[in-house]
Amino acid sequence: MRFLFKTDYEDDIKLFPHSGYVVTYGILLALLLIAPYMLSSYLMSQLVFVCIYATVGVALLILTGFTGQASLGHAAFLAIGAYTAAYLQKYNVPFPVYFLAAGALTGLIGAMVGFPALRLTGIYLVIATISFALIVEEILSRWESVTNGNEGMRVKTLSLLGVTVPRDSPTFYYLCLAVLVLTIVGTLNLLRSPTGRAFVAIRDSETAARSMGVNVALYKVKSFAISAAITGFAGVLFAHKLSFISPEMFTLQLSIEFIIVILIGGTFSLHGAVLGAIFIVMIDPFLTYLKDDMPGIIAGIAATFGAGSATAGNIESKVAAFASLNGLKGAIYGIIIVLFVLFEPLGLYGRWLKIKLFFQLFPLYKRATFKRQKIYVKSERNR
Amino acid sequence: MLDFVQQLVSGVALGCVYGLIALGFVLVYKATEVVNFAQGDLMMLGGFFAFTFIGMMGLNYWIGFAGAVAAMALFGMLAERVVVRPILGYPQFSIIMATIGLGYFLRSIAGMIWGTDDLKIETPFSQGVLRIGSLVLAYDKLSVIAATMILCTLLYLFFNKTTLGTAMRASSENMLAAYYMGIPVKRVVSIVWAISAAVATCAGVLLAPITFIHSNVGLVLGLKAFPAAVLGGFGSIPGAVVGGVLIGVIESMAGFYLPEGWKDVAPYIVLLTVLLLKPEGLFGHHVRKKV
Repeated sequence: MRFLFKTDYEDDIKLFPHSGYVVTYGILLALLLIAPYMLSSYLMSQLVFVCIYATVGVALLILTGFTGQASLGHAAFLAIGAYTAAYLQKYNVPFPVYFLAAGALTGLIGAMVGFPALRLTGIYLVIATISFALIVEEILSRWESVTNGNEGMRVKTLSLLGVTVPRDSPTFYYLCLAVLVLTIVGTLNLLRSPTGRAFVAIRDSETAARSMGVNVALYKVKSFAISAAITGFAGVLFAHKLSFISPEMFTLQLSIEFIIVILIGGTFSLHGAVLGAIFIVMIDPFLTYLKDDMPGIIAGIAATFGAGSATAGNIESKVAAFASLNGLKGAIYGIIIVLFVLFEPLGLYGRWLKIKLFFQLFPLYKRATFKRQKIYVKSERNR
Repeated sequence: MLDFVQQLVSGVALGCVYGLIALGFVLVYKATEVVNFAQGDLMMLGGFFAFTFIGMMGLNYWIGFAGAVAAMALFGMLAERVVVRPILGYPQFSIIMATIGLGYFLRSIAGMIWGTDDLKIETPFSQGVLRIGSLVLAYDKLSVIAATMILCTLLYLFFNKTTLGTAMRASSENMLAAYYMGIPVKRVVSIVWAISAAVATCAGVLLAPITFIHSNVGLVLGLKAFPAAVLGGFGSIPGAVVGGVLIGVIESMAGFYLPEGWKDVAPYIVLLTVLLLKPEGLFGHHVRKKV
């Protein structure tokens, strides 16, 4: 086990606490850079979605994970970013300009949402953000002169500095990856700055933060604005990746998916956003794979346990019928959410930390290290 | 004028359904400080149970109704035991996510069992209308209004006059202190979930003749019930019903007098306005935190 000896504050806030970090993240980055030459085009396309979802996940982590303000309205911010891009593109605005404009506009709207949110906590904030998202969804389908209503908008192929970048090209993947990496590095820097410290202080105790001189209102609005702006950037990439956007893509369902990203990944570290994004994006192809192959596998298992070929065939067709039932995916989603909340509240990254610690301490690992404290809420109404 | 009254009555009837769902929110919130995002889906499931008993098994309407309520009360207890109890005492956000997951699960299971078609329950109130002068009021709408009033009164009395109701309010204020005072907090919570599932079933069955029962009805109406609960001040039983009625009337008036599109957003605009101006709602009372 490695013990880090810190002698001053600069040591404590280093981005890479020791050389091991540089090596592992360097290898990871190298792998990601050569990925387009190694993976199939389908997996590449999924990887682009992972990048976009992870970017939104990081944005949501700033707001929910580090400032403690829950939001079920991030699909609306994504939509605003996507529609800004599609609208400005009609007037031949170049990519860098509308990319930044989308982020700026979304950030502004995020700040505007942040102001009313100042007086709200907990469940009220969740409901307020849901309402905001529903109102945005309705505006998108009614404001036909700008958004083209329910018919949706076509997004032209991205052109960057005179070069066209098709949505399934490696260049587009590199662009998404660059946005993700910049977002993560930027967020890491933000979190070790006074602003980030203030966010975390607000999350842990608003009263304590205020009494230490943190301007709670200002930092909450800042957190909303930053989170929304990053989501807006992701929205531009999202629009280009889909090449067609319409209001029914940005529903409450999508907001819930974003929350699931950070819930499954783990809400206490930026790793969580990436792991959760991988999980959410990859679960679809995985379920399709299971649906296609599971019946055969189960029938094979049944056959080895002595079932006749007729029974095995029967089992196979029954499992296949079950697997192609409508809505099975929703049920699996629901079960996964509940299981994570009940049994792995720290998410995938928490699980990784537990496994790492288990091997570091090998025979001495205690389960209680990660045990959560029950608080038996004193009424949040009195907060 | 006649149009106005007609819209008013149908708004009130719709609002009563919102109010009933909001009542479910309020009950669970009052007793455990948890918001059950699956409340609408419990309502949907109750409607499907009633459909199975009445429409498929051919039972008498009232027997089927009672059967559905009983079955859903058990189901509410089961859901509480499996999903909520293990995380009681953890941050609210975990419980919100868990109930969202539960809602997902119930919606798709209901879709798998009962299909995706709209279902209709034959009720004794389906046909008749009440005529007052030139005003025509359908019995099914009036039945919703009457049932809501009765349920609301019963629950209000239950919470404020009975020992069990007092125990529920106590465990909502501070679970640990309630436990020290000899209140069996776990059982109280489980009873609350049973009651709120039963109320949800009443909403589902009464709603069935007005809008049909399908697997997404809970999501749609559940989202409309939030403004109702917030408007009434999340912890108040009469508040939930008054809030529901207000939201229903606002929605139906907006649909009639304002351009298309306003009908769906009007409740949420009202909600945001209420949150901005008076976050404690119409019937809630504002408490400051003591340090």
